[in-house]
Amino acid sequence: MPELGKYAVEVLSAYAVSLVILAGLVLLTLRRGRAARAALARAEAETKGTVDAV
Amino acid sequence: MSIWQYANPVKFLALSTRVQPVIWTAAVLCVAVGLLWGFFATPDDARQGATVKIIYLHVPAALMAINAWFMMLVASLIWLIRRHHVSALAAKAAAPVGVVMTLIALITGAIWGQPMWGTWWVWDPRLTSFLILFLFYLGYIALWEAVEDPDTAADLTSVLCLVGSVFAVLSRYAVKFWNQGLHQGTSVPVATGGRSVADVFFYPLVVSMVGFGLLFLALVLYRTGTEIRLRRASALLARAGRES
Repeated sequence: MPELGKYAVEVLSAYAVSLVILAGLVLLTLRRGRAARAALARAEAETKGTVDAV
Repeated sequence: MSIWQYANPVKFLALSTRVQPVIWTAAVLCVAVGLLWGFFATPDDARQGATVKIIYLHVPAALMAINAWFMMLVASLIWLIRRHHVSALAAKAAAPVGVVMTLIALITGAIWGQPMWGTWWVWDPRLTSFLILFLFYLGYIALWEAVEDPDTAADLTSVLCLVGSVFAVLSRYAVKFWNQGLHQGTSVPVATGGRSVADVFFYPLVVSMVGFGLLFLALVLYRTGTEIRLRRASALLARAGRES
């Protein structure tokens, strides 16, 4: 651990907040991605879709 | 071979799926190396002390906050001119990533500003334009959610993106335009090549900036794929509903 002196709280809190926000973004992104794959699989199964529709 | 072939969602997804593992790996590596190098292996600054270590988060996040909006601008223009759905969905996918980058830049800037400037916030041109950019991001995301018809939503958000680009430009050049305020000028001016950062801080900063850029790219590719799948699912269900 580097010696952060009197600015330890500022530096550590900046890193902690940023990394938590970034990790949250990545996790939400992956979760939404998995939900979308499942939704598409369900829709294709229900419609037996061969449609290339976007 | 033309870049427009990737306006086809199937081709876009095929390419995106192929390149994403490489981009994700490079992004995680660069972010980790840049932040660890900056945090553990760089000295304190003569005037700013250990707070200089915040630069490895603040500058890359601010850079990507502005560049994300420019990426959305290009994608929005492609939608407005050529009506490629993938470009509209890519702009939609980029907005949450951009807003997170803007939020990180604002928070780390406030945390850095308090000990250096003696205040968390000041209505400095650069800070103010950045806050407005943050609000534009929120408005952009809200507009996508508020409009039911996807093509209308893409049209309206594209126009909003054009308007918001003024503040993206101001966020980058406000210091030069007004030449006042507390915020310093660009530390790494790409256009002129000069820089005000010593090598010992500069190299880990560059690695971190590359990492944030790659992370943005990885997230946007993944999220665009998600939007394409959701759109396809709703199109299939809508068609089935019409036929039954």
